[in-house]
Amino acid sequence: MLKKPEALVTLDNAGIRRAGRWLVRGVAFSIDSGEIVTLIGPNGSGKSTTAKMALGILKPDEGAIRRRPDLNVAYVPQKLVVDWTLPLTVQRFMRLTGQVSVDEARDAMAATGVSHLAMAEVRTLSGGEFQRVMLARAIARKPGLLVLDEPVQGVDFTGEIALYDLIKRIRDEVHCGILLISHDLHVVMAATDRVICLNGHVCCSGTPTVVASSPEYKELFGARAAPTLAVYEHHHDHSHLPDGRVRHGDGSITDHCHPEDGHHHHENPPGEPHPDHAGERNHDA
Amino acid sequence: MLDDFFTRAIVAGVGVALVAGPLGCFIVWRRLAYFGDTLSHAALLGVALAFLFEVNITLAVFGVSACVSLALLLLQKRATLSADALLGLLSHSALALGLVVLAFMTWVRIDLMGFLFGDILAVSKMDIAIIWLGGTVVLAVLAAVWRPLFAATVNRELAEAEGMKPERANIIFMLLMAAVIAISMKIVGVLLITAMLIIPAATARRFASGPEQMALMAAGIGAASVVGGLFGSLEWDTPAGPSIVVTALGLFVLSVLPTFSRGAVRGKEPEKRTTEIQKENSP
Repeated sequence: MLKKPEALVTLDNAGIRRAGRWLVRGVAFSIDSGEIVTLIGPNGSGKSTTAKMALGILKPDEGAIRRRPDLNVAYVPQKLVVDWTLPLTVQRFMRLTGQVSVDEARDAMAATGVSHLAMAEVRTLSGGEFQRVMLARAIARKPGLLVLDEPVQGVDFTGEIALYDLIKRIRDEVHCGILLISHDLHVVMAATDRVICLNGHVCCSGTPTVVASSPEYKELFGARAAPTLAVYEHHHDHSHLPDGRVRHGDGSITDHCHPEDGHHHHENPPGEPHPDHAGERNHDA
Repeated sequence: MLDDFFTRAIVAGVGVALVAGPLGCFIVWRRLAYFGDTLSHAALLGVALAFLFEVNITLAVFGVSACVSLALLLLQKRATLSADALLGLLSHSALALGLVVLAFMTWVRIDLMGFLFGDILAVSKMDIAIIWLGGTVVLAVLAAVWRPLFAATVNRELAEAEGMKPERANIIFMLLMAAVIAISMKIVGVLLITAMLIIPAATARRFASGPEQMALMAAGIGAASVVGGLFGSLEWDTPAGPSIVVTALGLFVLSVLPTFSRGAVRGKEPEKRTTEIQKENSP
């Protein structure tokens, strides 16, 4: 089921090894057109590394990556610092990797709310503004695959919700596949078709079925916004030690993860609702 | 009209400046000032090898510069040294090798000063042909790779992800640099090439609002420096190559004066441009 022939990109047991250490290993998933796949996981769990493999920036040291030929990709990296020696306006930045018509650029900038910044120099923008500009640039490319690495960092709360709505709308209108990265284990979009939790390997994956039912979320984002947000939480029942070994919930230490590790699936096993999924907010993952 | 040595000097110098300006912009944007230095030092090894094997100096300099650029690309990929340490290593090794090779050839007596500081007043019609033909080729190739090269300058990973093939653009850029060093060495000399690449671009940065605009301005400012420098050299009987650089410096200083400056280069600390994710905590 992972090797659908029409998939935009398929990762097959892919892993990246650096300096004798596996940054991420055994990653297998695929992204189809019109599908939003979200990668979540703690710092250093290999989310960006996995995205870079999918994009072809990093070549896997193990396993294989298949991308559909002539796939038009748009990428919003986690961090992009424009050197101050570069004279670069937002308008020129929109055309960075391909010709974009004036209308397309204007529409994309309007969609992310940065029309007024067209003539501004990129390096004078605030973090949130630049994030919106990067998103606009990606949208204007009319991509087949859109990869967003923490696309709402630095964006204020209300803007964040609007941007998530926008991402969903792009998927519906352009019908592209979207790979979304969030380090936030608690807030992912309801529109996400699949959530993949990484912790150096694919910890678990599935649909974010547990929706924001908690009063805190409704209170925080308002009743209208609540349906667009989902809660996805689980506890990791094991942790990875610096030397690569694994400490399990019962305190035992082994060289590798057990197959059943960390799998507090939402839909799996069926009929066995996990007590952790009551909607409370956990910060320990 | 090319019979007059002074006219020849101006035509040749302007030709070099028009090419050095746009390439110099990339040197400034990519923080490769030391790289220009390294290539021009390596050029001296090229001169020595040209005498040793009795081949065309321009070709030999291009060959050695190209080898040094590619060596740098390879070393950067595998070695654990930083780019500036590698450049220092290559730069001074090439310079020393060049001087040692020259010393072995006791039958060759060359004017080292001529290669270090250039001899623009001695350019021949042949030199002018090489500069303008070579320069046209360099600019044409630069125009062809402009978008991928600029995208890779802004962010390599973004360019890679969106199919700009930054690796290929980088290699082409390195070869263009080697070509510019080879054709301009005779004009301004090994030691002053970096100045011709960087100073006009730095001056243009103050006024430019876009990369293409900055490249054109740098070319213009460089050409103005050549003309001004040569007339100054004629007027005050100063060495031609250094006079050109001093004129370029003068234009730069003018641009920094408050009247002209828009405060373009202000504040910001130089930051690391590449985006490396935090990998420390992963298993």
